[in-house]
This record gives sequence, structure tokens and C-alpha cells, in this order.
Amino acid sequence: MNSLILSVGARFLTGLFLLFSLFVLLRGHNSPGGGFIGGLIGAAGFVLYSFAAGVEDARRALRVDPRAIGVWGMAIAVLSGLASALAGLDPFTGLWLILADLALSTVLVFDIGVYLAVFGAILTLVFALEETV
Amino acid sequence: MLDGASDGAGRMLGYAASILAALILVSMALMVPAVVDGRPVLFALDWAPSLGISLAFMVDGLSLIFGLLISGIGSLIFLYATGYMGDHPQFGRFVLFLFAFMVSMLGLVLARDLITLFLFWELTSITSYLLIGFDHDNPRARRNALQAMLVTAGGGLALLAGFILIGTAAGGYDLAQILAGPGLQDSNLYGAILVLVLLGAFTKSAQFPFHFWLPNAMAAPTPVSAYLHSATMVKAGVYLLARLHPALGGTIAWSMALTTAGAVTAVLASVLAMRQGDLKQALAYTTLMALGTITMLLAGAHPYALTAAVTFLIIHSLYKASLFMVVGAVDHGTGTRDVGQLGGLGRAMPLTALAAVLACASMAGLPPMIGWIGKELIYAGAETMTAAPFVAAAAVAANALMFAVAGIIALRPFFGAPVATPHPPHEAPWQMLAGPVILALGGLVVGVLAQPLLGSVVGSALTGSLLQDRAAGLHLWAGFNRAFVLSLLTFTLGVMLYLMRDRFAALVDPVLRRLPSLDDGWDRLLDGLRVLAAWQTRVLQTGRLTAYLMAVFAVVALALGLTIIRTRPEIAMELPRSAFLWLTAIFTAAGAVLALNTHSRIAAIAGIGTVGIGVAVIFIYAGAPDVATTQLMVETLSAVMFAIAALRLPGITERRSPRRQMAHGVVALTTGLCVTAIILSVTASPLDRSITSYFEENSYALAHGLNIVNVVLVDFRAFDTFGELIVVLLASFGAYAVLKRKRRAGP
Amino acid sequence: METLVACLAGFLVSMAIWLMLSGNLMRFLFGLLLLSNGVNLAILAAGRLTPGAPPLLGTSGALPPDTMANALPQALLLTAIVIGFGLFAFALALTIRAYRSFGHLEVDRMRSAEPAEDS
Repeated sequence: MNSLILSVGARFLTGLFLLFSLFVLLRGHNSPGGGFIGGLIGAAGFVLYSFAAGVEDARRALRVDPRAIGVWGMAIAVLSGLASALAGLDPFTGLWLILADLALSTVLVFDIGVYLAVFGAILTLVFALEETV
Repeated sequence: MLDGASDGAGRMLGYAASILAALILVSMALMVPAVVDGRPVLFALDWAPSLGISLAFMVDGLSLIFGLLISGIGSLIFLYATGYMGDHPQFGRFVLFLFAFMVSMLGLVLARDLITLFLFWELTSITSYLLIGFDHDNPRARRNALQAMLVTAGGGLALLAGFILIGTAAGGYDLAQILAGPGLQDSNLYGAILVLVLLGAFTKSAQFPFHFWLPNAMAAPTPVSAYLHSATMVKAGVYLLARLHPALGGTIAWSMALTTAGAVTAVLASVLAMRQGDLKQALAYTTLMALGTITMLLAGAHPYALTAAVTFLIIHSLYKASLFMVVGAVDHGTGTRDVGQLGGLGRAMPLTALAAVLACASMAGLPPMIGWIGKELIYAGAETMTAAPFVAAAAVAANALMFAVAGIIALRPFFGAPVATPHPPHEAPWQMLAGPVILALGGLVVGVLAQPLLGSVVGSALTGSLLQDRAAGLHLWAGFNRAFVLSLLTFTLGVMLYLMRDRFAALVDPVLRRLPSLDDGWDRLLDGLRVLAAWQTRVLQTGRLTAYLMAVFAVVALALGLTIIRTRPEIAMELPRSAFLWLTAIFTAAGAVLALNTHSRIAAIAGIGTVGIGVAVIFIYAGAPDVATTQLMVETLSAVMFAIAALRLPGITERRSPRRQMAHGVVALTTGLCVTAIILSVTASPLDRSITSYFEENSYALAHGLNIVNVVLVDFRAFDTFGELIVVLLASFGAYAVLKRKRRAGP
Repeated sequence: METLVACLAGFLVSMAIWLMLSGNLMRFLFGLLLLSNGVNLAILAAGRLTPGAPPLLGTSGALPPDTMANALPQALLLTAIVIGFGLFAFALALTIRAYRSFGHLEVDRMRSAEPAEDS
């Protein structure tokens, strides 16, 4: 695939996808969105990039092996779930810290874990598929 | 034999096992006073308390008799085996198997919990399999061992079912409680319990029509036969019948079943015993006769009949173990067991001959042996039973034949003119003589001192275990009564049968030859089973994925369809007026049809994508923006992955025969229709919104979130979501591994 | 309107089963995707359809005046879709692998695990 428009546009689009996916992730608790959707959108961005520039470039741009991202996502999800156990509650109970208008919570951390796990899992798959075929 | 010191280890093991068994005997003997006093010894460990099962044991009169016989004869058998086969390269293994068998047998008779009893019951089946098939290079031994195990373990399964029913009917598995309870004769499960328990007992004790495995089990080494077929394995069934007699006995069904099976077995077996040339086979059939007699007596409910059963059981164990060991010694000393090739051995093997004569005298029921008392008791017991004339006739016939067989075994090998044997006869070593001589002499001693030695133990079995008010006395002279007359009749008939054995043979052989062979029937049954297994494997496990899928979907269709037909649920039909929804549905269906009909890969992917987008639109329409976005992203990624893969995959060809197309079409359509019908019936019933309402009300209050779906995913049900993450990661790592694995040579 | 979605779900399931039984792995995969779509629609319809009212609360958690769409099946669906995708991806990888090993995609001729006895 050597389309000039695609390879130039893809770099911008990927950035846009990533930005949008983060936006969707963070607003997910109150409006449509969340970790699953965010992860899927972010992954789609990199899939597009890999089409335009090749898998090798996409991997280089990602810097980290997507498998590691997936595992880190899961680890973050576990840690956020166990945090409440440290506080003496059942695991996976949300803990909230509300500072004025800003609400921070383990739930948000969990959702970030979901985002990373989905993102990593899908990129692992698609990259492997592209490299094999 | 005695100079085989080179292989001392195996022998030491044999001696050790013998001593250990003797110690068990002593410890059991120490319990005699307490048990006779009417204080059974109990001990228990919790095993599965939630199921009411415990590893519980009890020593009462009945189990004490069995325990003494098992450990006492076991000790002598270990000694005998050491002399008989101590130089066998695998003697250590043999001792291990035999000891394991002895322990299982002890567990069986001492068990106080029905499930524990069953466990040991099956253990005896398994260990006896190892023992009968000890000579594992011989296909015949393997086959017969398997037969014995399948028959007895099959009966064991029936027994387990019976025990569970007993547990249900009696409210627990504790034997002591069941026996102390009111009995199960009036339970509405009684019929089923009786059939199942009798199946278990009859297979184990080789009662007609399950008798065929026992003579075949003679493929075992002689010490094994001497042990299994005198005091142990085959007695387990009789033990069970006696044990459950208070709870199950006394009904017409019980008495009919036991009388018939016992009488047929006893008479048939003693006729067959007369016709065996092989001494060991002859003994096998006399064992059947004894088991039949005991079964027949247990049909009764009178103290006389039950005393006779318990006493005869002891008598039989003593003389039968002795005789098996004698036959082993003869085989060992001469190289043959064929009665036609033996004669005049008395001079060369005086002690063996002594044991044989004494044991046979007990078997023939001659005074002053204990066998005499047993026979008198049998006749006295027969008189008390429901079908007295029938039982008495069967007992006389069987005992007369036994008398003749005893004559053949005691007289023909040891007396008369010496016959040339395969190798010159010599007396057996002391280890092999101790057992038969002690047991045969024991038959004499307890015969003379019957009441002082056995009376109290038999009495406690009768009153403590069989719950009778008294036991019959054990006396050599019980007076000139009908039993005495029957004894004289038995002797007369027995002498006649012995003298005219050739004419008897000419009479019965044609009949016996015409009887259907159950052993062959067994082989045919196993062959049939094998054919059935091969057939069902061919039919059900075709190795074709489509056939498996077809089966899965057909079952789904059938299950759904039958449920719908059976329950006839209400169905809600209300077509929407929204043109938008109609258009979307048509668009989606068209995508599916395209995917179905095209042979172009790209067109098919487009069709599938169309379906995905159509479904996403429906999600949006139904107020599910999160789901719709996810669906769109997933569909996009699926299409992309499909497109990448399609570059390397071949075109879609399909070759289904019209017949298969029919069948697949029917299954596909039925399943689809059922799915529709089920959703319609679900929507016709009122919706339970309680969970949804909880989420709606608490989403903000508890979780500070306005998007309920997201709150459910990351807070209320976060643990489920976490599980899902693991699944997705594993799937992708698995796919990664599958794709990246290096190509191997060949498929 | 559940009626129409129910019919569509049943239709998709029928098509999916037909494709999965075809004996060609590629078509099997098409069937798998259709099946997951059909089942997802079924879950949605079983939870009732409430057009145009996504399960979002007003500010400070105020419940809207009308009934909102049922949030429970939506949460189930979201996970089901992602799981379905994982399943599909794995099956696709297996298909590619199978093609590389066997050189064709006809499942009935893939007999390494259960070789035919009579041939």
C-alpha cells in the first residue's frame, strides 16, 4: 500500500485517534465512552498507521511491545481492584477522592487498565496477523 | 525348596506377612470376651460428614467370626505361599497383593458404614483381580481375572445403588443404626433395595446364574484359590446377606430368592464337582455348593437355620482352605492334579494324606468332625424353613454328592496302588504342611469341643448381629431326631454315589453337555459389547467437524423446540411502525444473504460488515450508544483482519450434497425459528427490572457516575470485567502464538 | 418493535448455522460473526427496546422522567461483543494456521486428530 495521501494522512489521523480515544476513556463515566471503546478506537488508530507505514514502523512508533501493554493493563486493573482490599473493603470496590470538581477514583484507574488491556490485545493480534500473512 | 536361601528377601517378606496376620488374629481374639459379653467394639473417623459418611468400623459377633477366619487362615496362607512359590521372581509383589486383599477383606467385614463397606467391597474385587491374574503371561489367567472382576465389580455397582437406597430409606449409612432400626421390609423402596443388594451378593458369592466366574478363577496360584475361595472373597456376599438379614430378611421375596438361588447353585455345583478330573476344579465346585447351602439357609428366619448358616460357614472355611492347600501340595509333589493320574501317595506324603483325610471327613460330614455338627444343623435348620421339604431334599442331594466328592478327593490320590506320576512324589516342605494340617486338625478339635470353643462366638453372632433371641447348640449328639435320620440317608446315598460314580457319570454327562454354557455366553456378551463400542464410535465419532457441529446444533434445536412445544408459551406479536427500523432490518438481512450466496471473499466480507453495521444502527436506535460504538469498532477491526487474512486464504468453495443441504437447512431454520419464538415469548412475559432499577438509583449515589453502563462495567461488576480482560488477552496471545509458531515439517 | 428484532435475530442465527455447517473454514468464520450478531440482538430484545433513551442520568444523578433503556443487557452486550471479537480473532488465527498446515480449508478432510479408521 503505497498511497501518498494515506501515508501522510495516517500520521495525523493516528494522533487524532489516540487523542479521541483518551477523551472517550476519560469522559466514559458520565457520558457514552469508557475503557473498552477507548481501547478499540486507539487500537484502530495504530492499525491504520500500520497499513500506511508498515508494521515495523508502527511497532517503532508504539515503542513498547503491544503484548507488554496488554499485560500492564491487566496489572493496573488488578492493582486498582486490590487497592480497596488494602482499605479493608471487598476487592474491586471503588474508592473515591473528590477534590472540588475533580473526582479521582480507583474506578478510573481500573478503566485505564481496561483501555490498555484491550489496546494491547488487539494490536498484538493485528500486528501478528499482518506480519504473518 | 528349603535350600532356596539365595532368594531370602521374598521369603522373609512372606514370613513377615504371616506374622503380621497372626498378630491381627491375636488382637481380634482379644476382642472375643467383650463381644461375647454383648459389647461390640466400635471406632470411627469422620470422612465426608456433609454426606453423613464416616470411616466407621465395628466388631460384633458376625464380623468377629469373619475377622478371625480371615486373619487366621490368612496367616497360614502366607506361610504356605512362602513354601509354594517363595522362589518366584515376583513373590514380593504377590505378598503385597495378597496382603492388600486381606486388609480389604478385613475392612469389608468390619465396616460399620455402608459406604465404607462398599469401598472395601470394590477393593476386594480389584485386589482379587490382581491375584487371579498374577500369572499375567498366561492369557487365560488374564481373561479369567477380568471376568471375575467384571462380574463382581458389576454387582458392586448394583450394590452401591442398593446401599444408597438403603441410606435413603433408613435415613443414614450407619449399619448399627440401620440394624437397630425397625427394618426396611415395609419401606416402599424395599423391592428395589432387595434386587440391587442381591445382585451384589449373588455375583460376589457366585450364586447361580453368576456362578461361572468362580471355577475360572482357579487360574490363580493355589494359595490364592485356597484363600479367596475358602474364607474370604466369595464369603463376602454371604457375609452381606447375613449382615443385612435383620433389615431385609424375613419376607417372602427374600426367602424365595435365596432359597431358589442357593438350592440350584448347591445341587448343580455338587453334580459338576463329581465330574471334575482336576482336583482343584472339583474343589472349586464344592465351594459353590457350600455357598449355595449357606445362601439357602440364610433364606430362613429361625435361629436353627441361621445357626446352621453361621456354623457351616466356619466349617467350610476350615476344611476348604485345608483341601486347597492339600491339592497344591499334591501338585507340587507330583506335578499333576489330575485324579486319574494319582494313586497311592499316602506312603510318600503321609502328612498331606492325613490332612486330606481329616478335611474330607469334615466335608463329608462324618462324626466326630465339626462337619458332622454342621450337617445336622443344616437339616435341623431346613425343617424350620418355609419350603422345608424342598430345602431338605436339596440339602440331602447336595450333601450326598459332597460325600462322594470327599471320598474321591481323600481316597483316590492317597490310597490304592501307586500310579506313576510326572515326577516321583515327595512330601511338601513344612511351610506347606502347617496350614492344611492345622486346619484339618482344627476341624477335629472344634468338632469334639464344639460348644465350649465355638458356642459363645456363634451365639453372639446370632443374638448380637442377626438379632435372634437364641442360637442352636452345637452338639455331636443331638438325639435321635429327623436330622439324624437324614444324615444316615445322606451317608447311604453318598456311599452309593461313590461306588457307582462311573454309572452316575454316564447318566449325567449327556445332560450336562446339553446345558447352555454361561461361560461362552459371557464371551459372547463381551464380544457384543466390543462390537457395540466400535459401532457407536464409528457412528458418533466420525472425525468430521461438520458432523459434530450438526449434532450440537440439532440438539440445541431439539431442546429449544421441544421446550416450546411442551410449554406453549404466550407469544407477543407487535410489528413496529417505524420505517427506519424496517429499512435497517432489511439492510441487515440483505447483508447476511449476500454473505451466504457469494463466492467472492471480498463480497462476503462486505456482506458480514453490512450486518455488523446494521446491528450497530439498531443498537443506536434502541438507546445503547456505548454498545453501538463498540460494535462499530469491532466490526471495523474484524473486517480489517478478515481482509488481511483473505489475501492468503483460498476462495470459498462449497461442496455439500443435496441431501446434506436438506438436513443442514432443516436444522438451521429450526434453530432460527426457535430463537425467534423464545425471544417473543420472553417479551410476552413481564420484565423484571429490579436489577436495572438498582443500578439506575445507585449509579450516582454509590459510584459517582452518570453513564450507567460504564458504571456497571467498571464498578458494580468490575470483577466480571476483569475476568473478561483476561479472556481477551489470552485469546490474543493464543492467536499470536498460533500465528508466529515456526512451520513444522508436515501437517 | 421487539418482534422485528426477534425475527432478525432468528434469521441471522439460521444463516449463521447454515454457514458454520458448510465445511469450509472461511465460511465457518462468517457464520461465527453472524451468530454473535444474532445472539447479541437476541439479548438486546430480551431486555426490551426503549428507543432514544440511553441509560444516562441527569446532573447529580437525577432520574429522567421517562423510562430509560435497560442498562443491564447493554452492559452484558458490551462484554459479549468484545469477547466475541476475541473468539473470532483466535478462530481466524487457527484458520490461517490450518491452511498453512493442510493446504486447504475443508474441515472434513482435516483428520490429524482423529484419523479415519478404514482408510
